[in-house]
Amino acid sequence: MVIKQKLLGLGLVLMSVFTMLIPVKANAEYGDIVLNNFADASEMRPVVFPHWFHRIRFNCSVCHADLGFQFGAGKNEITMAKIIEGEFCGACHNGEIAWSIENCDVCHSGVPGTPTQVKGSPLRASNIATPKN
Amino acid sequence: MYKLSTLVLIASISWVFSFGAYAAGESSNTFNRMMKPKAPANLPPAEDGIHDPESPGTHQLQPPKEAFDGLVKAKFGNHVDWIKSINAKKITPRHNSADASAKPIIMNLNIVRQVKGSMPDVVFPHDRHTLLLACSNCHTGIFIPQKGANQMSMAAIMLGESCGKCHGSVAFPVATSTCKLCHSKPKAKNAELKRSTAGK
Repeated sequence: MVIKQKLLGLGLVLMSVFTMLIPVKANAEYGDIVLNNFADASEMRPVVFPHWFHRIRFNCSVCHADLGFQFGAGKNEITMAKIIEGEFCGACHNGEIAWSIENCDVCHSGVPGTPTQVKGSPLRASNIATPKN
Repeated sequence: MYKLSTLVLIASISWVFSFGAYAAGESSNTFNRMMKPKAPANLPPAEDGIHDPESPGTHQLQPPKEAFDGLVKAKFGNHVDWIKSINAKKITPRHNSADASAKPIIMNLNIVRQVKGSMPDVVFPHDRHTLLLACSNCHTGIFIPQKGANQMSMAAIMLGESCGKCHGSVAFPVATSTCKLCHSKPKAKNAELKRSTAGK
């Protein structure tokens, strides 16, 4: 019992040391978008959209002109119903051009409670304020 | 139980001490007191802070480092020079979701914008923008296709307006290392001044 308690104590000591040394920071990839218009409320993890992965495969105009994605994180109000109808992500994620929507966890992989946002440059003020006209 | 509580006490003391050591590392006269340490780049999804490591899907995602291996490097954004990577055929993004042979129509027209401040004038190259985008992405929703018709400022760009719709969130970032990518044409006045002082 004594050995177990000592190990427990040692564990706690190590844990406390390490948690102090490693600050938790978001180092998401530039252009990554968190979409949480409806996810939290539906008890799903928020969606993380990786721009970098998609721009290796497609030009901007494929999504932002042909498919009608507006510029701006969260502006498109994408729902699973629309995706199943072949709109937005569903235009490619249909099992023909890209894998189909049964892989829920691959998109819905964000940390629960993360607000809708884009990981932008430090000088971008989108996380601070947006002008209201 | 007495011993367990003693150990927990030791743990909490060591917590306080480790915090103290953390704070003591930054004495009042450290070099570059205000400068933040460089954030690690291209972390795998499970470590990037926005993906939930407890989601099974997170571990199916490709780590960015793996995808960027062999692409032309840059010092900002994704640490990839996307335009150079396309021009060097390291990547061949499709211009149509279903048709791999579709090619963009490139418009070769540079627009020079004279800026009010002391910075060099801005050259807007249509060619590398039409390589990626359709005309309708910018015209006329963001920019009126007429010289002098568009008011813009760095403040607006940093707030995500005009060029800032893309630059600062997905296209190359607005940072001190990127100013000269747009502000690239020396002012006519300055050039004249330089010539006149050089002659004397």
